[in-house]
Amino acid sequence: MGSLKIENVKKAFGPVEVLKGINLEVTDGEFVVFVGPSGCGKSTLLRVIAGLEDSTSGRVVIDGADVSATPPAKRGIAMVFQTYALYPHLTVKNNMGLGLKQAGTPAPEIDRRIGIASSMLSLEPYLERRPAELSGGQRQRVAIGRAVVREPKLFLFDEPLSNLDAALRVNTRLEIAQLHRRLKATMIYVTHDQVEAMTLADKIVVLNAGRIEQIGGPMELYNAPANEFVAGFIGSPKMNFIDGARLGETAKTIGVRPEHLTVDTKSGAWKGTVVHAEHLGADTNLYLDCEKAGLITVRIFGVYDAEPGATLYATPDPAKTYRFGADGKVLK
Amino acid sequence: MSTATRSLPRTIGAHAILLTYTAIALFPVILVIMNSFKSRAGIFGAPLTPPTPGTFDLIGYTTVIGQGDFTHYFQNSLVVTVASLFFVLLFGAMAAFALSEYRFRGNTLMGLYLALGIMIPIRLGTVAILQLMVASGLVNTLTALILVYTAQGLPLAVFILSEFMKQVSDDLKNAGRIDGLSEYTIFFRLVLPLVRPSMATVAVFTMIPIWNDLWFPLILAPSEETKTVTLGAQLFLGQFVTNWNAILAALSLAIMPVLILYVIFSRQLIRGITSGAVK
Ligand SMILES: Nc1ncnc2c1ncn2[C@@H]1O[C@H](COP(=O)(O)OP(=O)(O)OP(=O)(O)O)[C@@H](O)[C@H]1O
Ligand SMILES: [Mg+2]
Repeated sequence: MGSLKIENVKKAFGPVEVLKGINLEVTDGEFVVFVGPSGCGKSTLLRVIAGLEDSTSGRVVIDGADVSATPPAKRGIAMVFQTYALYPHLTVKNNMGLGLKQAGTPAPEIDRRIGIASSMLSLEPYLERRPAELSGGQRQRVAIGRAVVREPKLFLFDEPLSNLDAALRVNTRLEIAQLHRRLKATMIYVTHDQVEAMTLADKIVVLNAGRIEQIGGPMELYNAPANEFVAGFIGSPKMNFIDGARLGETAKTIGVRPEHLTVDTKSGAWKGTVVHAEHLGADTNLYLDCEKAGLITVRIFGVYDAEPGATLYATPDPAKTYRFGADGKVLK
Repeated sequence: MSTATRSLPRTIGAHAILLTYTAIALFPVILVIMNSFKSRAGIFGAPLTPPTPGTFDLIGYTTVIGQGDFTHYFQNSLVVTVASLFFVLLFGAMAAFALSEYRFRGNTLMGLYLALGIMIPIRLGTVAILQLMVASGLVNTLTALILVYTAQGLPLAVFILSEFMKQVSDDLKNAGRIDGLSEYTIFFRLVLPLVRPSMATVAVFTMIPIWNDLWFPLILAPSEETKTVTLGAQLFLGQFVTNWNAILAALSLAIMPVLILYVIFSRQLIRGITSGAVK
């Protein structure tokens, strides 16, 4: 009861084409995350799904019905915004109930749903307060609650956590994951935070400049990126890209993730000097300037003592080395 | 006791400048009010001194209240000002919302067209307006004045309000749309309360020229029934003798209603934006 199909959706603002033909299928109960660099069209795509923006061409199908001409309120969706967007003049309770009231739901039913949602999100003590009297985290929970009470077919989240501080972000992320498990609803979530994408998603959609680069599960994207963009976008620190010609390879570019490199003080494939070391406790990031490979990042698990200027040898794991052709695609 | 941002000499300096400015700005007003309580001889003998027991005289006020239909003139002024203000704010805000919220062909052009009135004084069109009013039988009605003042106030209102409406969070409006609110509800319940301070600013800027205007009442509605206060005060300005007591008293009285309206709007200005909607 919550499937979504997007067929060749294009969106242009004047002469600027922001979405260049998006095709996507989301099955019922799936948690799909859109990631991509800033300005790639994630929010625009979400707004097209919500009906807040008309697509220039293409179809949006929710639950088998073409909704291209349906107003947002009738699409059976709920949206959570980055800036919370609570109604300042209404109490928490009325904020959550307004959509149902507009739809003509009987009052006892509205109260029942608000009761369930507010206990789920621990909002009971705040029901009579106004948004101005809540903290940022509480406001975002109210915004999520407002979506939950509508019992939508489709939840849409547009970077809901990016205004929260780091600790609160982790908590709220957990709450959203639990919410998905309990409601078993279809959710679409926009973020440019990799950790959110990797931890929440059943399926990640990587967007770049208005096009889908790859769709797949988190591990699929990590282990088998389709092209250089996805390889560089998923994973932190970023994958090292080395000019194939410098290594005497036929491929245009060679990619190795920092965690798939090992270092040794005596021997190895690429000799280099330590430029900088970042000690994070659980792991250490080393920046090496190599004679053959140029500047690369190496991620070592645990503590590793290396002074800038020291000579080290880095060796890539041959099974986890990616080869990209001139068009950026992975060579098999 | 000085802090990083405040030191005694600087505070004194700032206050001295502000107080001087206030004194200069208030001087004519005080002069008018002061002299309105004096006898004719007192006004001409010592215009700059406050009323003394010797010069104190309420003759001005008794003339104003006794002669002519001054309460009626007041009522006319008030009706015209409040009604024009209401329409300027309503239509101005609606046009501003449309311009800032909806993308349609000719949006920018329409905005420029609506703002044109800021640069072209409406009085240039007096003859045409008079002909129009004669043709539609609106001469000597308050409606004529209300229509003209609404037209006069709209350009600035649209211009200022559309700037402020652009700053209202899109997310909030979109949240309303998803909850099934109509565009009118979004406009009246979500957007207007958030731009209330700018509405108050526009109200103040619109109100004062309307209240003080002499031109259009004189041309469009000079009849006894439709006279406004400013026009009514002309009664005492004779070609040979001018009843200064009555004029000063009428002007002093005319300040009151604007002052009250101003206090109402400036409270709105200060009360500030309903915060907590976003961030
Ligand atoms: N109303 C609009 N008019 C013109 N251009 C727009 C409009 N809305 C968005 N754009 C353009 O569309 C592009 C995509 O915007 P969008 O908001 O979808 O990006 P995004 O992927 O959500 O980025 P971010 O991660 O920064 O939120 C941007 O280049 C933006 O400038
Ligand atoms: Mg966005």
